[in-house]
Amino acid sequence: MNILVCISKSPDTTSKIAFIENNKVFDENGVQYIVNPYDEWYALVRALELKETLGGQVTIITVGTANDDAIMRKALAIGADEAFRIDADAKDAYYTAYQIGHFAKEKGFDLVLTGKETINFNGSQVGGMIAEVLDLPFISLASKLDIVDKTVSVEREIAGGIQVVEASIPIVISCAKGMAEQRIPNMRGIMAARTKPLQIVTPVSVEELTSYVSFVTPASKAAVKIIDASNMDELVRLLHSEAKVI
Amino acid sequence: MVLVYITSQNGISKSALEAVSYARKLSKEVTVITCGTASEKELAVLGQYGANSILVNRLINGDDQQQVTRLISDFALSLSAETILFSHDFTGKAIAPRLSVRLKAGLVSGAISLPGEDGTIKVNVFSGKAMAHVKVNTPVKIISLLPNSIPLELNESACSIKEIDGDFGATSITIISVKKPEGAIPLPEAELVVSAGRGMKGPENWAIIENLASALGAATACSRPVADIGWRPHHEHVGQTGVAIRPNLYIAVGISGAIQHLAGVNGSKVIVVVNTDSEAPFFKAADYGVIGDAFDVIPKLTEAVIKFKSSNS
Ligand SMILES: Cc1cc2nc3c(=O)[nH]c(=O)nc-3n(C[C@H](O)[C@H](O)[C@H](O)COP(=O)(O)OP(=O)(O)OC[C@H]3O[C@@H](n4cnc5c(N)ncnc54)[C@H](O)[C@@H]3O)c2cc1C
Ligand SMILES: Nc1ncnc2c1ncn2[C@@H]1O[C@H](COP(=O)(O)O)[C@@H](O)[C@H]1O
Repeated sequence: MNILVCISKSPDTTSKIAFIENNKVFDENGVQYIVNPYDEWYALVRALELKETLGGQVTIITVGTANDDAIMRKALAIGADEAFRIDADAKDAYYTAYQIGHFAKEKGFDLVLTGKETINFNGSQVGGMIAEVLDLPFISLASKLDIVDKTVSVEREIAGGIQVVEASIPIVISCAKGMAEQRIPNMRGIMAARTKPLQIVTPVSVEELTSYVSFVTPASKAAVKIIDASNMDELVRLLHSEAKVI
Repeated sequence: MVLVYITSQNGISKSALEAVSYARKLSKEVTVITCGTASEKELAVLGQYGANSILVNRLINGDDQQQVTRLISDFALSLSAETILFSHDFTGKAIAPRLSVRLKAGLVSGAISLPGEDGTIKVNVFSGKAMAHVKVNTPVKIISLLPNSIPLELNESACSIKEIDGDFGATSITIISVKKPEGAIPLPEAELVVSAGRGMKGPENWAIIENLASALGAATACSRPVADIGWRPHHEHVGQTGVAIRPNLYIAVGISGAIQHLAGVNGSKVIVVVNTDSEAPFFKAADYGVIGDAFDVIPKLTEAVIKFKSSNS
């Protein structure tokens, strides 16, 4: 099984979200980046489990700058065999997916795994876009993935339920909760990661289709109104006539 | 003109009606495209929200998103659609990105507003901790609309329904089975949500949560540890690693309000927090707070809701 896992970074959830240059640019000052949890816990770990039972190779790829080498080392420490970084700012989802699709085209991956979404932009776009660039089927939001011969069996989320589907490799799958359990890299993994190859790829020229023009942070909430625990009629009244939600 | 793709296998959802309402604000010419077996009578409701024309392909069922992408792409081109609209739900998330590549049309994923004067559209970023104004750089635009972001608007239009066909390739995905909780309200669409966490002590205590939800007509949700230890089903888990929701009312019972939990619910219009600990961080994000024991407060709240409903009907 030859698996490609798409790795992106996301700010640690406790990071302060602020913007500079007239609210046009995310303020990275003091922001700690982690591997996007969906990519790490679900896509990467499941890929490693599949490799452990079926044999093969797990390759990771990111579209990013030299600042992202640290998250790639982390992913290598968890157990990926090889890493590639397409040396470009991930401008928008199309730009990112096009780069990855172009890279993957002739490489004969059986499986391309992405996370469900990134925490920073929450677009859920890149996986489906890679599939279209590669003209492959795409199964989104998979919570379980098994492979027997060339058949993949997947559980995916649909409106208010779970669907069990089958398809053939090669295929692109986006991974959600349920796929696997988080793995903590051990000392041996961390040492091994230092000598594993992290290769830099020159991006191909392609225009992004969307741009982030500016950002706003939501106005802070008014102070909470405390209602006496013995007066639930009052809470219902407020929800009806003040908040107008019931 | 605006082309709206909706799923109709399980009836017409509220988010489908929202997408049509949104489309109608962009253009007077709104065509809906769908596949599957929904009856004409079911589809006709789309006309009440502004659709002029409904195209339905009965040959494919919509489960294979590669086929559906080809279907939409063909009609988007032949009808010269300026905008193609999806609901940002499980299907929209799978199809809209494919279509964006196929048509080389920019996608705004998870839109929460109409285009502003400068043409930009708002989306949530950083798990709801900020919003971005996104601009599409291509003439044809694709928008997937976050459920519960814009109000429904009745806009009765003369609406025709036409069956369409075409060859969209063999299906590459086989459906083996579907597990669907009966009668439950799908969480991302729910307007009212009652959610509970570790403060409930054990799964056997959820009856009071379910009773409150049923009195309100609300969906139920939970914090992550509660789903992880198996007290509640996984699809109820909200937050950064679970479902993100933005209901009108979110009632959080026995949930501390960790930042990862808030990330999935801070788009809610009104938040009520019930917690024994007056220092629980959730109170900072709440509109209304009750400091008290859930086992005492929730049955009383349920009673008050029932009383209110019966005097108001
Ligand atoms: C990377 C990452 C991602 C995460 N993603 C998510 C996510 O998506 N969603 C999520 O929910 N969590 C997530 N978490 C976990 C999160 O940090 C918290 O641990 C979790 O939300 C706490 O759940 P809880 O509020 O149910 O439990 P607790 O924090 O244990 O809180 C229980 C609360 O119940 C109150 N209580 C106790 N008894 C009663 C009573 N009788 N009546 C009323 N109140 C009572 C207590 O005062 C307390 O505030 C994530 C964590 C990490 C590190
Ligand atoms: N810059 C990137 N480099 C590599 N993979 C990415 C990048 N951005 C997003 N992805 C992958 O695409 C998934 C969905 O991202 P998004 O469409 O931004 O929500 C992520 O979980 C990653 O697996």
